[in-house]
Amino acid sequence: MPDLGYLLAAVALGSVVTIALRALPFAILKPLRRSKFVAALGRWMPAGILLILAVVILRDEFVARTGHWWAVIAATAVTVVVHLVGRRRAVLSVAAGTTCYIVLINLV
Amino acid sequence: MPHPPEHAPVPHAPRPSRRAEVAAGLGDSLGVGIGILPLGVALGVLVVQAGLPWWLAPALSIGIFAGSVELLLVSMIAAATPLVTIAITVFAVNFRHVFYAFSFPISRVTRGLPRAYSVYAMIDEAYATYVLMDRERLSSARMVSGQLAMQTYWVVGGLLGVALATALPEPIEGFEFALVALFVVMTLDAVRSRRELPSALLAAAAAAVAIVAAPGNALLVALLIFTALLAGRYAVTRARPAREDSDDA
Repeated sequence: MPDLGYLLAAVALGSVVTIALRALPFAILKPLRRSKFVAALGRWMPAGILLILAVVILRDEFVARTGHWWAVIAATAVTVVVHLVGRRRAVLSVAAGTTCYIVLINLV
Repeated sequence: MPHPPEHAPVPHAPRPSRRAEVAAGLGDSLGVGIGILPLGVALGVLVVQAGLPWWLAPALSIGIFAGSVELLLVSMIAAATPLVTIAITVFAVNFRHVFYAFSFPISRVTRGLPRAYSVYAMIDEAYATYVLMDRERLSSARMVSGQLAMQTYWVVGGLLGVALATALPEPIEGFEFALVALFVVMTLDAVRSRRELPSALLAAAAAAVAIVAAPGNALLVALLIFTALLAGRYAVTRARPAREDSDDA
């Protein structure tokens, strides 16, 4: 097992890098608050960023479970259908999709 | 018969109470909580299976608090990866947060400690939850309590995972799909209106190119391409401002 100093240093280093990446852009953008370009990016980015996150995470799951690729598709379909039919309640849709996935992965 | 009395100056509360705001924040966190908790459990299980001390799970969720990197770091730490490599990996994986500053409603959070916490705790799920919400409905108390709740799910999930892995030899697989389902659902909510369609199409194109061209670093490359495409879109809309003015909300 790695020694205590290494463990603490790894966590501290990760912490500093993460906080800097979250905080510095706000400080840099602050003088640009009136910039129309920054405002446009702020308006256009959210939907696209979420889509990219969803696609990349979905791809990662495909890669991690090549033998169960069809389960990824089935569970994603269940999630989407439940979400659109069930009046967009995230808890319900995520629970339905995840339950479906766990059942398919472990029992089929 | 007397006139109906004029409406007494009812203490018409324009702002909900602080308690109501905190309750709203906890409510916001439930939707993503169902995605976060299983990941926390996975983190705790991983820590135990890698032969690392149990406290590393809460230490990662408090020190770093960035889902995917926490899971990645467990295996890197277990393999005694050099600290420089760890720092570079965290930088590469978390660089996406740079793009969140453009749209995360940080201005709604009170300056000082609450704002500092909100920036520190700006995980993907918090970004997704609050960037889509009507800014008028957002308050400092709501956002901070929502983010605090999300972090609590991570920490509690990690401890549950530690307990589970210590008790059960073979845990059930597939819980990680909660994260996939969560982002699929949040994307569906984000791309509801027609106005979001151009951005969604550009993002889809960026993701497709990135997955094919840079499969090892798809997330970052996709975000860079997407940003470049939006800059192009901005240049095009600037060139004919009259047509696109109605697009501005």
